[in-house]
Amino acid sequence: MMNYIWGGMIIISLIVSVFTGQVEQTAAAAVSGAGEAVNLTVSLLGIMCLWTGISKIGEQAGLIKIIAKAMGPALRRLFPRLKPDSEAFGGIVMNIVANLLGMGNAATPLGINAVRKLNELNRDKRKATNEMCMLVVLNTASLQLIPTTLISLRQSYGAQSPGEVIPAIWICEICALAVGIAAVKLLEKRF
Amino acid sequence: MELISAYSVPFFIFIFLMYGFIKKTDIYDAFTQGAKNGLESVFNIIPSLVGLMAAIYMFRESGCLELIAKAAKPLTDLIHMPSELVPLGLLRPVSGSASLALVTDIFKNSGPDSVQGKIASIMMGSTETTFYTIAVYFGSAGIKNVRHTLFAALAADLTGILMSVALVQFFGF
Repeated sequence: MMNYIWGGMIIISLIVSVFTGQVEQTAAAAVSGAGEAVNLTVSLLGIMCLWTGISKIGEQAGLIKIIAKAMGPALRRLFPRLKPDSEAFGGIVMNIVANLLGMGNAATPLGINAVRKLNELNRDKRKATNEMCMLVVLNTASLQLIPTTLISLRQSYGAQSPGEVIPAIWICEICALAVGIAAVKLLEKRF
Repeated sequence: MELISAYSVPFFIFIFLMYGFIKKTDIYDAFTQGAKNGLESVFNIIPSLVGLMAAIYMFRESGCLELIAKAAKPLTDLIHMPSELVPLGLLRPVSGSASLALVTDIFKNSGPDSVQGKIASIMMGSTETTFYTIAVYFGSAGIKNVRHTLFAALAADLTGILMSVALVQFFGF
């Protein structure tokens, strides 16, 4: 898919630039875009490391397990057919908590593992179960409490208050999540 | 509301460090380990970011971005969405680094505190790369039939995109 998007963008840009008379500017833009990408990563480095460092402290101190315990009852309602002490349910809880804390690197393997465990309980190994669909939709919705990359980016472009957008992001996340969960529950009977 | 935004970040740092102290965790060691992971993940996105930012800059400079924005204008005007955000809304579910590059471009041109910059921030922060997540999670378990997952996930994405516009344009965020 990225082949078509990336390649298509460049090829279309080059063709359109001929018609708009922007050929030279477009060619120059490739160079400046590539340079800007490196500037961007360098300006993000410090603050990203700060955040991943802080969240690692939470992981090693066991804060994540505590949050997982507190979240269990709420998640049980979303996965009513799973036994709360099953391996699959434990994996789901850890995946959700890692997402909340913005530990994308940890969340993905935990989520994949949970889907595999769910598939062990599955009769048709090639067809997703209701639980898998719910878990993946939860993961496609952003659950992150502090969107660290974004806040860092806002800071490096001189936002007056980089964290100003956090409450709005939470409201948006909750609405999107509610729609996602409702859609899963409504559609699972039809597919 | 301003208070929540100003205090949420220091609050999180405080809680994490205090809890680490109470549990006698080797907090400095944990921090440096985590920071090293962060370093690796930032470095890992450089290759794709270079490719994508070059493509996006070309796309903008050639006039394509304006064409798309113009074509979508009747629709975006209807929901009070600045037309620069159309490419972001389209690419957000597909690619994380491409949308990061688009947000950067909006920040650079209009500033992070402009209407566009704020909507882009909220959109970026409240949505995820849906297609990638579905592909990775189901692909790794060998699931071929994903049933209603894509519809439900895209419904959630659309909600996030529309809400991010509404919150800034109508609710004064």
